[in-house]
Amino acid sequence: MTNGHEHLGHGIDLAPGDEYVEGGIAQRVIGYLTGLGLAILLTATSFFVAGTRLVWEPSIPVALVVLAIAQMGVHLVFFLHITTGPDNTNNVLALAFGVLIVVLLMGGSLWIMINLDQNLMPPMNQIMQMQR
Amino acid sequence: MSTVSFTEASVLGGLEAHAPGRDWSGPAPKRIVTGYGFWIFILSDIIMFSAFFASYVVLLGHTAGGPSGRDLFDLRSVAMETAFLLASSFTCGLASIAADARNTTWFHIAMAVTFVFGLGFLSLEAREFTSLVARGAGPTRSAFLSAFFTLVGCHGLHVSAGSLWLLTMMAQVFAKGFRADILRRILCFTLFWHALDIIWIAVFTIVYLLGSAV
Repeated sequence: MTNGHEHLGHGIDLAPGDEYVEGGIAQRVIGYLTGLGLAILLTATSFFVAGTRLVWEPSIPVALVVLAIAQMGVHLVFFLHITTGPDNTNNVLALAFGVLIVVLLMGGSLWIMINLDQNLMPPMNQIMQMQR
Repeated sequence: MSTVSFTEASVLGGLEAHAPGRDWSGPAPKRIVTGYGFWIFILSDIIMFSAFFASYVVLLGHTAGGPSGRDLFDLRSVAMETAFLLASSFTCGLASIAADARNTTWFHIAMAVTFVFGLGFLSLEAREFTSLVARGAGPTRSAFLSAFFTLVGCHGLHVSAGSLWLLTMMAQVFAKGFRADILRRILCFTLFWHALDIIWIAVFTIVYLLGSAV
């Protein structure tokens, strides 16, 4: 027990943001440094991919989204300490529900709006031109 | 045991009513309840942001003949903002380690550095917004720019509020020390600050990188 929360231990739930580590402060700082390194790597890759002409262009948006999701995962694990451990079940379940709503909201909005965009009547001046 | 009051009984209850599969039973500690509640708030905040993101992506092409993202966004400045926010997230983590170690000096140093990085981020964002408005690309110019200012401005407001909260936490630790309630507030603050960085990942990817590709 090194992080000063006497009630933290195996078999007891952890608050989101709390981490349970064996080892001292150095161990925890190394954890944050690992997260920082991975985040810098992923961010740099994102900015590089967005500006480069070296990769097939239609793949760039997909690559950017994948890199962003990967970096969010890095932040969740190394900074927020949301892990798959049994002491973290409640936090992970809440996160999963949040992700479900976000996916429904964003996916649903884009699906509906893109569909509407394609099925929308063309502007009036184009209709007039078609009638001529 | 018959004279034990109800509250004492519920504290001692863990010894008698031992839930199967757990080493400990009874009401969860206040730190976990508080942290979990704040986690739910953060997730609902992220859901609110996802609505802004959806409207931004839908309105991305609706520039009303005005400038598009490719004409407006300065990716060098965005990279600097990203670096500031990522560094502040890291030092915020160091502050939470210092708080757990009950080290007041390192806590104040780490929080002050976090504040400086946050301020750097905010000043870059303010510079970007004023230069956009000066170039006639304010939020009233087009649906695309309305969505842009709503989304990025809302994130900026969160960072501003977080900076004020940061100063409050420094003052509270200075005045009251690492009391249990102060430590719970520090936990919530670090959750909030890290969550802002997670939302910024989506902002720089969707708004700036994808937005300047369209």
